[in-house]
Amino acid sequence: MRAIRLVAGAVFRESVRDRVPYSMVIFAILLMAASYLISQLTAGQDMKIVKDLGLAALSIFGLLIAVFLGIGLVSKEVERKSIFGLLTKPVSRTQFIIGKYTGLVATLIINLGVMTVAYYAVLAYMQYVSAPTVRASWPAPAMDPRLLIAVVLIVAELALVTAIALFFSTFSSPLLATLLTLGLWLAGHFNTDLRNFGAVVDSAPIVAIARGLYYLLPNLAPFDVKAEVVHGLPVSARHVLLTLLYAVIYSGALLTAAIAIFRRRDFK
Amino acid sequence: MPAAIETEGLSKDFLVGFWRPRPYRALDALTLSVEPGEVFGFLGPNGAGKSTTLKLLMQLIYPTSGAARILGKPVGDVGVRQRISFLAENPYFYDYLTAEEVLAYFAKLFDYSGADVTARVARVLDEVGIGAERRMRLRGYSKGMLQRVGLAQALINDPEVVFLDEPMSGLDPIGRRQVRDLILRLKQRGCTVFFSSHILSDAEALCSRVAIMAQGRLVASGALHEMVAFELKGWDLVAANVSEALRATLEGQVRSITAIADGQYMIDVPAEVAPERILIDLARGGARVISLHPVRDTLEDFFIRQVNSAAPRETGIS
Repeated sequence: MRAIRLVAGAVFRESVRDRVPYSMVIFAILLMAASYLISQLTAGQDMKIVKDLGLAALSIFGLLIAVFLGIGLVSKEVERKSIFGLLTKPVSRTQFIIGKYTGLVATLIINLGVMTVAYYAVLAYMQYVSAPTVRASWPAPAMDPRLLIAVVLIVAELALVTAIALFFSTFSSPLLATLLTLGLWLAGHFNTDLRNFGAVVDSAPIVAIARGLYYLLPNLAPFDVKAEVVHGLPVSARHVLLTLLYAVIYSGALLTAAIAIFRRRDFK
Repeated sequence: MPAAIETEGLSKDFLVGFWRPRPYRALDALTLSVEPGEVFGFLGPNGAGKSTTLKLLMQLIYPTSGAARILGKPVGDVGVRQRISFLAENPYFYDYLTAEEVLAYFAKLFDYSGADVTARVARVLDEVGIGAERRMRLRGYSKGMLQRVGLAQALINDPEVVFLDEPMSGLDPIGRRQVRDLILRLKQRGCTVFFSSHILSDAEALCSRVAIMAQGRLVASGALHEMVAFELKGWDLVAANVSEALRATLEGQVRSITAIADGQYMIDVPAEVAPERILIDLARGGARVISLHPVRDTLEDFFIRQVNSAAPRETGIS
């Protein structure tokens, strides 16, 4: 446990000093601030646009941080051979992978935390400058705490994406791992279409393959509750808990597979 | 007391080729034993299998066949890693951490904590000659400085066995001397040092025993004085004021007389001729002796003979 904590701590310390996540966070905050200007161009929809764009910025820039850090931290270690220094210490390969993952998720939480604070700051400003009549027309209050549900699910989705990135980086090159992770993220958001393939295709084997892929590929659509929270619609606790449980199980399975591959791997 | 390092028939094949991968034997049935407290030189030209052996011993790669033990335990035993250390060739660490932070991180992995970590980090950084730069991020370090950090991390746990892969690589002459001194200090502390190198002078200066690798195979191993027959090959004699008549007298007894700078001559005396006789002739002829050195077989001569006579590497498994 101590080794995992130490590896995670080193990942976190390295990551927070890296310029890539900083620039991502700054871009996200700029986009959130810019959403205020964009909202001025639309009548009556300003708050929804700010909330929507803010959550989208959180999601996209969080994704970029998860992918680039997730892949970089393992495959870069292997490529630059800094892994030799670590794996020859009293650290098992399993502890290495779990430590890396924990450190990455911690980094992600901090980065998304900073973005969320900036997001709420923009919303608070909106509330401050809006007239009471305008505020009354909003479907949900500006500082709606339910927005945090969307943020929590974004974090869970990104933790899963980090596990995907880590999994691919244990056996492929950084470029290939990046493409595979982004591809899987994209496929994960359209996964439900695979389940309904039977409605548009007659071939039984193809429908069976589509159904198999549906269960195999990550299903990321349930993590996206942006529309619901922005429009003030309810998101059930059951949906949130089941989605979080799904993230834990899927990430756990990916990490187990990553460990199995990593334990057999030769570091030439 | 078990051997510090033991390998038995250790072999490693790598698959090469994309469409039709074929096994390439990087290491072929290496059997070796290193006693505790020895400084052992693992020599060979580039591609001889030195780094492959070290990576197998560190379990960074897995053997195709054979076994290896360190301090009596199988390689990869996490408990053994507590007692050993490794410096990779051209080591690389974390760009955004300082030397102090990297070493503190590694020290903690060895279960040290608190003031002990701080003291150890300071001690090993002093030992490898890293001063104020220790608080700089490694991103700004030169190759030689990273090599020093690599050496420092190999000392952080007071190891019983140290594995060094090309430890002099990237170091300037002062750095090389410091590493030599460091290896000698480790030997004095009773530490076993196993280092790979293709620089023979390092091995001659430091090692009690060496192994020579070529084409993935062990071609020779043993104590330096046993391996290199220190058989006398002749004498190099330098003298001044050697008259023409004297040169004519000596010509029948020596292999050659060559004029060098400032009226001095290099006289190549064969081993079967007693140098005393030549010295007497020189003294009688009014010459002045500048120096007299025995010429013996060097490790380099032996190394080149062994490497050149090694059979070509197997490229497939039988």
